[in-house]
Amino acid sequence: MELILAIGIGVLTSCGVYLMLRPRTFQVIIGLSLLSYAVNLFIFAMGRLKTGAAPVTASGAIDPTQFTDPVPQALVLTAIVIGFAMTALFLVVMLAARGVTGTDHVDGREQR
Amino acid sequence: MTPSFLLTFALLVPFGAALVAALLPQNARNAEAWLAGTTAVAGLGIMIYLFPQVANGSVVRQEIAWIPALGLNIILRLDGFAWLFGVLITGVGLLVVLYARYYMSPKDPVPRFFAFFLAFMGSMLGLVMSGNIIQLVIFWELTSLTSFLLIGYWFHLAQARDGARMALTVTGLGGLGLLIGMLIIGQMVGSYDLDVVLDSGDLIREHPLYLPALLLVLLGALTKSAQFPFHFWLPHAMAAPTPVSAYLHSATMVKAGVFLLVRFWPVMAGTDAWFWIVTCAGMATLIFGAYAAIFQTDLKGLLAYSTISHLGLITTLLGMSTPLATVAAIFHIANHATFKASLFMAAGIIDHEIGTRDIRKLSGLFRFMPFTATLAMVASAAMAGVPLLNGFLSKEMFFAEVAERDANPFVNLALPIGATIASMFAVVYSLRFVHGVFFGPKPEGLEKVPHEPPALMRRPIEILVLLCLVVGVIPGITIAPYLAAAVVSVTGPDTPYYSLSVWHGWNLALAMSGVALVGGVLLYWALYGYLAQGVDGPPLIRQLQGKRIFERIMLTITSKWARRLEARFGTRRLQPQLFLLFLLAVALPASLLMSRLGGINLSFAGFDPVFALLWAIGIVCAVAAAQQAKFHRLVALILLGGTGIVTCITFVWFSAPDLAITQLLVEIVTTVLILLGLRWLPKRVEDLSDEAQVLKARIRRYRDLVLAGLAGVGMTVVAYAVMTRQIPEGISEYFLENAYKLGGGTNVVNVMLVDFRAFDTLGEITVLGIVALTVFAVLRRFRPASESIAKPEQQRIQAEFDDRAPERSQGDTVSEYLLIPSVIMNWMFPVIIVLAVHLFLRGHDQPGGGFAAGIVMSIGFILQYMAGGTRWVEDRLRILPVRWIGSGLLLALLVGVAAQFVGYPFMTTAFQYAEIPWIGRVPMASALIFDLGVFSLVVGATVLILIALAHQSVRSPKAARHAAPIKQAEVSPDAPVESR
Repeated sequence: MELILAIGIGVLTSCGVYLMLRPRTFQVIIGLSLLSYAVNLFIFAMGRLKTGAAPVTASGAIDPTQFTDPVPQALVLTAIVIGFAMTALFLVVMLAARGVTGTDHVDGREQR
Repeated sequence: MTPSFLLTFALLVPFGAALVAALLPQNARNAEAWLAGTTAVAGLGIMIYLFPQVANGSVVRQEIAWIPALGLNIILRLDGFAWLFGVLITGVGLLVVLYARYYMSPKDPVPRFFAFFLAFMGSMLGLVMSGNIIQLVIFWELTSLTSFLLIGYWFHLAQARDGARMALTVTGLGGLGLLIGMLIIGQMVGSYDLDVVLDSGDLIREHPLYLPALLLVLLGALTKSAQFPFHFWLPHAMAAPTPVSAYLHSATMVKAGVFLLVRFWPVMAGTDAWFWIVTCAGMATLIFGAYAAIFQTDLKGLLAYSTISHLGLITTLLGMSTPLATVAAIFHIANHATFKASLFMAAGIIDHEIGTRDIRKLSGLFRFMPFTATLAMVASAAMAGVPLLNGFLSKEMFFAEVAERDANPFVNLALPIGATIASMFAVVYSLRFVHGVFFGPKPEGLEKVPHEPPALMRRPIEILVLLCLVVGVIPGITIAPYLAAAVVSVTGPDTPYYSLSVWHGWNLALAMSGVALVGGVLLYWALYGYLAQGVDGPPLIRQLQGKRIFERIMLTITSKWARRLEARFGTRRLQPQLFLLFLLAVALPASLLMSRLGGINLSFAGFDPVFALLWAIGIVCAVAAAQQAKFHRLVALILLGGTGIVTCITFVWFSAPDLAITQLLVEIVTTVLILLGLRWLPKRVEDLSDEAQVLKARIRRYRDLVLAGLAGVGMTVVAYAVMTRQIPEGISEYFLENAYKLGGGTNVVNVMLVDFRAFDTLGEITVLGIVALTVFAVLRRFRPASESIAKPEQQRIQAEFDDRAPERSQGDTVSEYLLIPSVIMNWMFPVIIVLAVHLFLRGHDQPGGGFAAGIVMSIGFILQYMAGGTRWVEDRLRILPVRWIGSGLLLALLVGVAAQFVGYPFMTTAFQYAEIPWIGRVPMASALIFDLGVFSLVVGATVLILIALAHQSVRSPKAARHAAPIKQAEVSPDAPVESR
């Protein structure tokens, strides 16, 4: 299981990095999204993988080893929302830049 | 009041007064003068009061802890020498304030002047009273800064701006050197305490780092005191108002350099390096300054070069390293301050009353202003070294020192001859000042009829000239005890005997004085014809202009080199920058981790084919999205969603229901958002015509692919290595155990977000709110590219169809499009709201919470827009997203602040269960209110972003061209329905 997820994270990272190095803004926004999936999964995986152990406790005394680590989850939850904000801002800046410069190249002008 | 407390007081009062001065009204000349005068009187009073404490060579100290961990304390320290400077600063300061009251015109913004002036006074006092050498550098730089501000006081004049900039650059450079020098000395001695440093003379002189430290300290001292070759800034500093020239650029600030030399004289002087550098710099400055002063046509220029020359004299004396020479140097510091300040003020009066300071235009002023003329003549005589004036006494001591026999031929010949020649030049320029301005025929072509200035404006000059006379005639009674106190604190208890009497008998020094006086008069007579032609600048060395060299150097450094550096290392292209960043991000961890990673045990335990299949789909989606993103954006977007779903399922799989919910909802919103944006992007068709370009692009793609592959492999290795290792002891257990006990909720992730780490969440929702407002603001001025303004192809086809059919009108097809899904979406609205409420309420105990509920709510709104169109929704529903954002943020903040009112730290939460009839026990945590804030803000932000983008299609092309602000999500009846 760990290996599959690790490979998945690796592939998402590769696709994200490759797209971020491309010249068109839309490619970059897709790359950024893929990279943030990879990073979120990576942070999440830092709490180790457990099945059927959601960090929803009971009202009495509990055994912490029966639950998965909630800290990476709290971090990733924040990261997902901030990732959305980043995507939105980038998208709008990208559209505005396209309107102002007349091109969707990341430098704001065609590179020859 | 204790003496040490008085030091703090004396230092703080000028800075406090500077603040007050800055706040007074523009035309409050009298109030400003009274304020500054009182400040100076207070300082002077403290100095006089403290004299008995320092008279016998002892020191008043006040220590305030600053950074004890680094051994740095703020130390105020007053000894005899600092006391002498303290009196000069406050005393001359007082006289200059009185003078400035009459000098400054009612039109000048006086608060600025007096604020800077008082700040300078405080900085200078801080400098001379510093008992910590780092603190000394700080005040040193403060004097440079205030000097810059005062030179540039009339900043509408280019001359003032250039002069200020030049002075700051030169003295600032020296200050930087001084700081490094002080750090080296501090390292040598092991302390930054001046008293410790002063006790470590032998250690410093024999240290291998002595020479670099000396060079750096001298760089500071020589730039500040305008010594050759750094002298050129001082004449340009004369663009300052004359009170500033009298105060900063003759009496006090330029003396800071020689102050530093005297201060460090006990520990750094006496070596060959000190002797040669300091003496040569001083001698060169002495002769050059005097020579250049003769040929100045501007009165203040003449005085500036004369100041340079006199500072050179002091430097020469300090270079000679004998205690007697140092006595002479200290004495001359005081004497020069008195006569030069009075001469500057006299020059200022002439300028003020006549409107010019050009010697060529001035003559015969004695008949118009006899008092001022007499005073200036006496001060000039002191400057020239005429007997019975104070200048004569210190100059005589100077001659006696340079005439000392020595084995070295340079010392034996060059010093006395150079000193005599420089004194001769001093007589010439003093004569030129007096004769050229006050005697000769009546001036012609003047704008004003010259007359005496107001009596009070002349008073400071009278006092200073009286001091010149009194010290010159009866030095033993007047200056002796003060000079003795200053000298003892520098040269130590075994100071050799020196005599201050006027008559020392027939000796070599007297002969040199005689030669200089007679020779000077003869030289003036010989040069008279040339001087009368009124050629500006000294002959022979006219080409040697410090300003031009300075400007050329500055241009080279700040323009040429900067440009070359930018051309070599800078780029406006994003891709190479990102490539380097990613390369670094791969290479750096790789090089660090490679050796420490240890073995990786591949294990296939718990392998699940379903999960493998899931990720096979995820990987295919990601790779395909990467491949399609250039030419098929919609496909790429759908594939991206596929990867998102796989991520979401992974979260569910590994016990993270909260993440899964949030991921799924954000996925929906992001997809809608990007779909709305797609319309504004240009159509891209593959162009394979240019083969060279295609090849180049392909090579670049392969290069990027290799880097991306490496990054992926790195992430895989690191992720796998971490996941297969034992989890270390962390903070997680605490949260798991206490989520219910302290937070009153069983969903630990939610309790962390709204309770344990609520402050983080507050920051996060603030960011979200800011982003939403930014998106809104950017889109207000949105101008689409011209090719995107026309209606999309599909809408054109639909419109054409409507036009062709007689019974249809335009827009019918649009409204009938996907009719059944639209109806379902409309009807789903209340259901979605209930879902949001449900997610919100259960969030504390079960997966859900404010974030998820907020996004669900906004999806509800968005679905209405999609189903009914913008206009249809806005006719029926008024959503004010900015208010949602504002009230959400306020609510979250209020919960935090409320905790403070009941005595808990910011963001503390409380909870208890309440019995509600029919429903049962309901958790009532104040965190729930915080979560409500989160919910409200997320709804507002998401809706604002989406609606702002959706509205772009509604705006008519014309409106877009004129960049009219879009209406916020309110009713916009005249907007045509275009998007569905």
